[in-house]
Amino acid sequence: MHYLLDIPAMIATSYVLGFLFYGFYRQYNARIQRRWGPSIFQNLYDNLKFLFKSETLSHGPMFFFGPMIIVSGAVTTVLFIPFLKDSIWLQGFSQHGNLILIIYLFVLGPLGNALAVGSSGNPFGVMGVTRGLTRLMGLEVPFFLGLALVMLQYETVSVHAIMAAQSSIGEWTLVTNPIAFLVILLPFIASMNAAPFDVVGAPQEVYAGPRVEFGGRFLGVLMTQNMMLSVGKLVLLVDLFLGGATNLFILIAKAFALFLLITSISAVFPRLKTEQAVDFFWKVPLGLGVVGVVATVWLQ
Amino acid sequence: MYRHSHCEGFQQDPTAQELGLAGPEGGLGPLEQLVAWMRKRSLFVLAFGTGCGAIEMRPLMTSRFDAERFGIVNAATPRQADVLVISGYLAIKTLKRVIRSYEQMQEPKYVIALGSCTINGGMYWDSYNTVKQVHRYLPVDMYINGCMPRPEALIEGFVALQGRIARGEPGGYQRYRERIDWYKANQRRVLGDNMLPDYTYDWYHAGGIA
Repeated sequence: MHYLLDIPAMIATSYVLGFLFYGFYRQYNARIQRRWGPSIFQNLYDNLKFLFKSETLSHGPMFFFGPMIIVSGAVTTVLFIPFLKDSIWLQGFSQHGNLILIIYLFVLGPLGNALAVGSSGNPFGVMGVTRGLTRLMGLEVPFFLGLALVMLQYETVSVHAIMAAQSSIGEWTLVTNPIAFLVILLPFIASMNAAPFDVVGAPQEVYAGPRVEFGGRFLGVLMTQNMMLSVGKLVLLVDLFLGGATNLFILIAKAFALFLLITSISAVFPRLKTEQAVDFFWKVPLGLGVVGVVATVWLQ
Repeated sequence: MYRHSHCEGFQQDPTAQELGLAGPEGGLGPLEQLVAWMRKRSLFVLAFGTGCGAIEMRPLMTSRFDAERFGIVNAATPRQADVLVISGYLAIKTLKRVIRSYEQMQEPKYVIALGSCTINGGMYWDSYNTVKQVHRYLPVDMYINGCMPRPEALIEGFVALQGRIARGEPGGYQRYRERIDWYKANQRRVLGDNMLPDYTYDWYHAGGIA
């Protein structure tokens, strides 16, 4: 019974936060470019409009199941991330999962993408997927190394236990282990598809990248999952590095601070080429990660 | 040398245009109003830059005129677009590509045609390979006149289209569905052997289910 209320609440929270954050992102970018920009609800309008459009094209069953795999991956990921600390609300199934499961679920999105776009046969889509998987190769190694650093530090894989260990600002992982935060931050920007590493959807190069063949309702579904999963990732980082949140307002404040950091970085950097991005990930964050492992293992 | 019989500008069918604009005056229900409002607030534009009008699309989207404050954004592909902007004269070769792009768009979809070239041929009025009246081949929702229209005029055209969407007036895509044979006959008249293959528009004949 509790689940019946909790799960819709989690999905709704991540959706609402998602479109508000992305609306803010568009407005913030507009102000940097000296424009007025759209209203903060613009992403809600776009998304609902797409969900109410027709969908007339088909490239076989896999083209239909791909977006479904992606969206179920996003919803499941969100449900396994605890949104609040010391609360029975907004927990989803997080008591039954752990960080390693969340890492597994993150890969469902690119997998569904590759399956759906592959069956569509659009060369721009395939190019986008290839670029996405290449970037994934670059970003996952430092990302998982950073998560491993956190697990190593707390000697647990439970997100709840990691949150519980950070009771005051002095005990935040951000303060006690800044190297792990840096190692995760750069791949995290890439996994949010933000500017220096947005090689997948790269406008002007591969049109919409993997989404080139999706229009109408499929695009609406993909937009929804993107917004929800982004919020899920932000909340995960808040849980791991900023000590979690005891109520929704603190959660929004912390997630927003993190989002602001990422948008500010992405607003001022131009896009890297795919091979430059992979090179960068395998040099800077990975090098930092190795230093972090040495520091954590030998200096403790 | 052009002849009157070759220039389709002299053969227009006025009833066909009037019928399209006279929609049923039944009001929208609350949910339909909400959906219409969402559609009005979010228009993804596929800018088909055929003539000099393509120049006027850039300032519209960038900082000075900033169409994004009306929810007007550039779309990357026809599949994701709501509005097809035909910006200038259409050569017959280009017409084929425009029709193909239009038919790939997902409904509801709208067409805006810019400049006098799309209305009456403009300075190409006696050209042998330029389309004079675009609404004979594609259902144009909004003409914006001028040679070329300034971005202010473009914004006004977009706002007028938004008003029409919000009032729930039938869009050009419904006209295209209902009178697909008329449009296809017109297209066949100018494209001739170059006509699009049947499979690109077969589904229009399937009774609107596709």
